[in-house]
Amino acid sequence: MATVTLENIRKSFGKTEVIHGVDIDIADGEFIVIVGPSGCGKSTLLRMVAGLETITSGEVRIGGKRVNEVEPMDRDIAMVFQNYALYPHMSVFDNMAYGLKIKGTPKSEIVARVDAAAEILQLGPYLQRKPRQLSGGQRQRVAMGRAIVRKPAVFLFDEPLSNLDAKLRVQMRLEIKALQRELGVTSLYVTHDQVEAMTLADRMVVMNDGVADQIGAPLDVYANPATIFVAGFIGSPPMNFIDTKQISGWTEPPCVLGVRPEHLHLVSEPEGRISGSVTYAEPLGAETLVHFRTTDGPSVTVRQDGAEPVPSEGERLGIAWKTDKELRFSEEGQRLADS
Amino acid sequence: MADRGGMVESRGFGYWLTHLGLIVGVLFIFFPIWLAFVASTVEQQQIVHPPMPLLPGDKLIDNYARALSSGVNAPVGRMLLNSAIMALGIALGKIAISLISAFAIVYFRFPGRKVFFWLIFLTLMLPVEVRIVPTYEVAASFGLLNSYGGLIFPLIASATATFLFRQFFMTVPDELAEAARVDGARPMRFFLDILLPMSRTNIAALFVILFIYGWNQYLWPLLITTDPEMNTIVMGIKQMFPSGDDTADWPVIMAASILAMLPPIAVVIGMQQFFIRGLVDSEK
Amino acid sequence: MEKRVTFRGIWLPILLVLPQIVITAVFFFYPAGKAIWQSLFIPDPFGLSMQYVGLGNFEYLLTDPYYRGAFATTAIFSGLVTLVSMGCALFLAVLADRLIKGSGTYRTLLIWPYAVAPAVAGVLWLFMFNTRVGVVTWYLGQLGYDWNHVLNPHEAMGLVVIASSWGRVSYNFLFFLAGLQAIPRSVVEAAAIDGARFWTRFRTIVFPLLSPTTFFLLVVNIVYAFFETFGVIHTITSGGPQQATTILVYKVYSDGFVGQDLGSSAAQSVILLILVSILTVIQFRYIERRVHY
Repeated sequence: MATVTLENIRKSFGKTEVIHGVDIDIADGEFIVIVGPSGCGKSTLLRMVAGLETITSGEVRIGGKRVNEVEPMDRDIAMVFQNYALYPHMSVFDNMAYGLKIKGTPKSEIVARVDAAAEILQLGPYLQRKPRQLSGGQRQRVAMGRAIVRKPAVFLFDEPLSNLDAKLRVQMRLEIKALQRELGVTSLYVTHDQVEAMTLADRMVVMNDGVADQIGAPLDVYANPATIFVAGFIGSPPMNFIDTKQISGWTEPPCVLGVRPEHLHLVSEPEGRISGSVTYAEPLGAETLVHFRTTDGPSVTVRQDGAEPVPSEGERLGIAWKTDKELRFSEEGQRLADS
Repeated sequence: MADRGGMVESRGFGYWLTHLGLIVGVLFIFFPIWLAFVASTVEQQQIVHPPMPLLPGDKLIDNYARALSSGVNAPVGRMLLNSAIMALGIALGKIAISLISAFAIVYFRFPGRKVFFWLIFLTLMLPVEVRIVPTYEVAASFGLLNSYGGLIFPLIASATATFLFRQFFMTVPDELAEAARVDGARPMRFFLDILLPMSRTNIAALFVILFIYGWNQYLWPLLITTDPEMNTIVMGIKQMFPSGDDTADWPVIMAASILAMLPPIAVVIGMQQFFIRGLVDSEK
Repeated sequence: MEKRVTFRGIWLPILLVLPQIVITAVFFFYPAGKAIWQSLFIPDPFGLSMQYVGLGNFEYLLTDPYYRGAFATTAIFSGLVTLVSMGCALFLAVLADRLIKGSGTYRTLLIWPYAVAPAVAGVLWLFMFNTRVGVVTWYLGQLGYDWNHVLNPHEAMGLVVIASSWGRVSYNFLFFLAGLQAIPRSVVEAAAIDGARFWTRFRTIVFPLLSPTTFFLLVVNIVYAFFETFGVIHTITSGGPQQATTILVYKVYSDGFVGQDLGSSAAQSVILLILVSILTVIQFRYIERRVHY
């Protein structure tokens, strides 16, 4: 078990800087998820912690010890790869045991540890199979097993679920969470899927273009995004952004208002703070998503209860929300203090 | 070859015509070898008074025993051994040095790597026949005439295999090497534990191709071996023909020819799947 | 294309490439360089010193009727070998591809002559057409045809062409069959539905789709006919009669080792080197990533 500290981490490939100074403090046993769109540098960050990429500047500490120059094998970490990276010619048992064999762990100990991991992951019947004889979910478990048997101080996950189908992804998500709780190992998990991030993380790091925009507990980040990027990235359907110029009678300094779809409600046209026409409505049963084209602005999505009447296309309506539900952002995308 | 049928498949008359055409083709391919086999089982007298019989005679054991033990200049047994050493030396030697150098250029960054890669590329172009005279001089100056080293080294001096292994290594997912690093494998350990076992099929395919390449060499052994004891079987057969007007010892020569064909044919048939894959992969 | 992941270290990789470097330097680059160097000199009549002649050897070769003859012979020979071996192979492959079952069996029956050395193939065909004991010669005699490739240049060329093409049929067959089987059935079936008969289908659909394979084999077979057929020629005709079957690579050998004319032989090597480089470049240009042996 260990704490992990990233201090002003920067990474350049040639002359291009892709990570512009990231600081993260991870407590012992904490589950941190780094989330962001592809190309934001999240995987590079993880690979620097693993020791698979050199660190251009800054410092990574695991358990308080600087590891910038330490080989991956000596960092006391284990990693689960996106494509699992199972050794195709080795049995499930050998895949899990390989790291221990290299370390020179006694044979009986290896067998005990692999058996224990196989028990947890329900891989017992498959230990002698080759990876190609397994289903996607089983391969995923073997990759997890390979990480578990090493009893590392830190687990690193690089989009481990992105190769699975939707149903399996939900199931494995729950299993990973349960496992991490049970083992209490500090974990750093990278994903582009904000639902995965919300459900797994103790705290999440939202990355955008090589910068950590916000670090915080999922619901805090959801409720209080620090930037327009975070506000738009976390939450589905995404937060609506309304330019105050569209709101008649706005007296304060102009800014961008962010309002979650669930905080908007439909009213008659004159009652609304803004107005427009319905482009289409998606009744999903429990809720209905109403997409709106505002009079001279962007489209807006309203999430209303499934029991309420579904407006017809082209219908002109107004939209209202409570002022305490609106978030204010500067034109540059930074959060402004609440009024 | 799953179901290749369907409406395009011809039946009836055309179907039998197809088989007939193929059988004629097979017979055409077989005939010279059948004739050689027949000749290796009859007496010299039956051959020198044509036409020779088209069915095997009863001298098979005599002729082969004579060929293997004494031959004409050197025992065929001895020449087969030379060929085997040469072919195995070329196949295994080339595979070994190519594997490690391909590993180095794919998985390391070291000074001169680019230059090395281009040198490899250059060697793809030139068969040994082109540089034969100076190569002979080099081999002679190293005292390699009439030696196994002389038979083997000049023929592994090209980088075709390195190129192929490089191609294969490039298709191995990066994550495997990363996983191995996280698992604590040092470079050579990764090479031996992961990369080598994964290359099994490619190695086998290349072995078949290189074995045949080595076994069937003609010009180079002809130059480098003057001592009949060091002749390889493929070049040795020609040496069994008498100069001048003497009559060739056809049964023994044909027995030697059959013996010269057997090992490479056995390798091709026995490792057919690897061979076809290797050929189509490496050349296509 | 580069690997993302690499191991650290400088001495280990250098150690790993060292065997290859040493062997290729000694037995490849040094001799190849020496061939180029030697091609610029002629030895004096006693072989004691070398006289620099610049491109003299090349100029001499290009006007030498024997060398020009060898060039023409090589062109005819390799053209015929390529045509015969590819034609037979394509015919057999098309037949085998028509079968639902059994194409694998025919493949096994047809591939193994690939393993027969050209020199051994030469001996087999020499035996059949031997002027005194050859079975085929005897039967031709019964039909009233007097076969004698030792004296007749055309017969000599015919025999080396057949002997060189024979084993090559299997090689080409393998590639043609693989190429044919890679053509989607649906394309051929669509043509059949459009009313195209077998020959029309072959001419308009199958053969064009097969052209990458055909082109590849064309280059590879020419290279084969240039170099690897040395064994066939040496065993059957030794380049005769009257140099009728002396192809370029045979002339390098006979001038260099039999005639001891090192300068000319080296210059011929260089010309061959240029020819094969052109072929290789064509091959790489049009068929990327494909290597020949």
